[in-house]
Amino acid sequence: MGVITLLLTLVLNQASPPVILARDTPDDAGKSITIRWQLTGEEVPEGLILERGDTTGCFQVLGVLSSTETGFVDEDVCDGVGYYYRLGAVFGADTVWSEPTPLVKSAPQWFNRARLNILIAMLVFFALVIYFIEHAKAGRYLFIRRIAGLDAVDEAVGRATEMGKPIVYVPGLGSVADIATIASLNIMGEVAKKTAQYDSALLVPNRDPIVYTVAREVVKEAYTRAGRPDAFRPDNIFYVTSEQFAYAAAVDGLMVREKPATNFFLGTFWAESLILAETGATTGAIQIAGTDSVFQLPFFITACDYTLIGEELYAASAYLSREPLLLGSLKGQDFGKLLILVVIVLSSILLLLSRISGLQFLSAIIKFFNVS
Amino acid sequence: MRRTLPLAICLIMGIVMMVQFFVPHPISVGFYDLTTKWIRIVSAFALVLGVGSLILYHIDRLQRKRPGWAYSIVTLIALVGTAITGLGWGVKPGAPLQEIIFKNILVPLNASMFAILAFYMASAAYRAFRARTKEAALLLIAAFLVMLGMVPVGAAIWGKLPDVAEWILSVPNMAAKRAILFGVALGAIATSLKVILGIERGWLGGGK
Repeated sequence: MGVITLLLTLVLNQASPPVILARDTPDDAGKSITIRWQLTGEEVPEGLILERGDTTGCFQVLGVLSSTETGFVDEDVCDGVGYYYRLGAVFGADTVWSEPTPLVKSAPQWFNRARLNILIAMLVFFALVIYFIEHAKAGRYLFIRRIAGLDAVDEAVGRATEMGKPIVYVPGLGSVADIATIASLNIMGEVAKKTAQYDSALLVPNRDPIVYTVAREVVKEAYTRAGRPDAFRPDNIFYVTSEQFAYAAAVDGLMVREKPATNFFLGTFWAESLILAETGATTGAIQIAGTDSVFQLPFFITACDYTLIGEELYAASAYLSREPLLLGSLKGQDFGKLLILVVIVLSSILLLLSRISGLQFLSAIIKFFNVS
Repeated sequence: MRRTLPLAICLIMGIVMMVQFFVPHPISVGFYDLTTKWIRIVSAFALVLGVGSLILYHIDRLQRKRPGWAYSIVTLIALVGTAITGLGWGVKPGAPLQEIIFKNILVPLNASMFAILAFYMASAAYRAFRARTKEAALLLIAAFLVMLGMVPVGAAIWGKLPDVAEWILSVPNMAAKRAILFGVALGAIATSLKVILGIERGWLGGGK
């Protein structure tokens, strides 16, 4: 009886080896293996030793880890080469080793499954936009709400003509890779067409050299389309500097000297937004601003007469040109927002229901909407 | 052809870059890196055009003696001086370009411009907080509570004031911000789609 008790005590006290799993890291560019493990015994080890072995059966230490760790990503591997992994749990002078994992190889993937939800959302949104564009092509009426800032463009250009003063158009400080800058260039074309018709001077100081070259072409084309190619002055569209505050200082100086009748600040803006808008306000110009930066919007709303908030900047080109194809895409955007609203409400309900016992599986549906 | 070629390039590259976002393979990542390098090369060429424009603009101002023409002299001297310093002594740390022009001229000038933002904020806040309408009054009350809640004296007046300020920032303020961001995200995607499909041609000067 005494011997049996001793044996049972020895068996029960023996530390169990950890269970280890290794697999190719999913949805990546390769050269990475993810290792996960679980400690099985009741006794907590003092530390963990992770080793990597090759096909020759020789193991090398990959890292000495804390016992609280549950995983490791090995990014020092070659694609297509097989590796084994084993984990040692350290108990004083003893180390209990796990069974080596099966041979695992890393490989690059052709599709990032973690972005499947983005792909589906994108395709649904594209379908909506294209549907409404086709709808508009068919000649059906599409209601677009009034945007005060854009209705004021005609008035602003007309005012400049009456006063015989120029219009300053700042296309933001972003590069041409920013969608807000592209939206600004689209609006610039419509504004330039109006300045050509009204015979007002349009000054466009630029911070980005590529934006400068594109802006010059946009204004030139707009003057040609308006039947006034002779009125186009290439010197009025100029490059200033790529330094943020030097640019702000230059535009401030331009506004103070030229005393423009109207200022447009449309595009990407950072900390200089208020410096520009406040200086413009002191010169007495009508100011129309628009940006997609939520941090700069309050400054523009405070210092400018009209502000295009977020998406209104993207809608401006369609609103001004009134082209049915462009207006159709605006409707698509509205329905996209409606879809997001429905998803938010449904997800909130699912999240609440997933807290109820037996309905935890609903949290898996919510996880699908996580963006990575 | 003058319009077809840019539109075709835009369509092909737009679709390729969209697909690239979903493909983590090294070929895809390599292509993305390559196009990023192309952007840098194109930027370098565009910069030459930009500097040319800057010189011509200021020479024209000098010739016509436009208001503030003296500043154009400063700009042109700075341009030539910086170019000579950079080309002559290099751009490494310790070179005159870094020590004199960057550290002692550019950095203090930038800091000065940034510093005047505080004064502009004060004047803008004065205008925004004049309670002429219901919305402006609401803005004034919210701003007053947030400002007071963010300073120690606010907590001394009423212990819950910092919590009220935090609530205003993290609930109604955040809700409005997120609503704007949803619109911005969808607007950006729709604009990209319109540009890629050639529906939006404003960046080419518009027209059919």
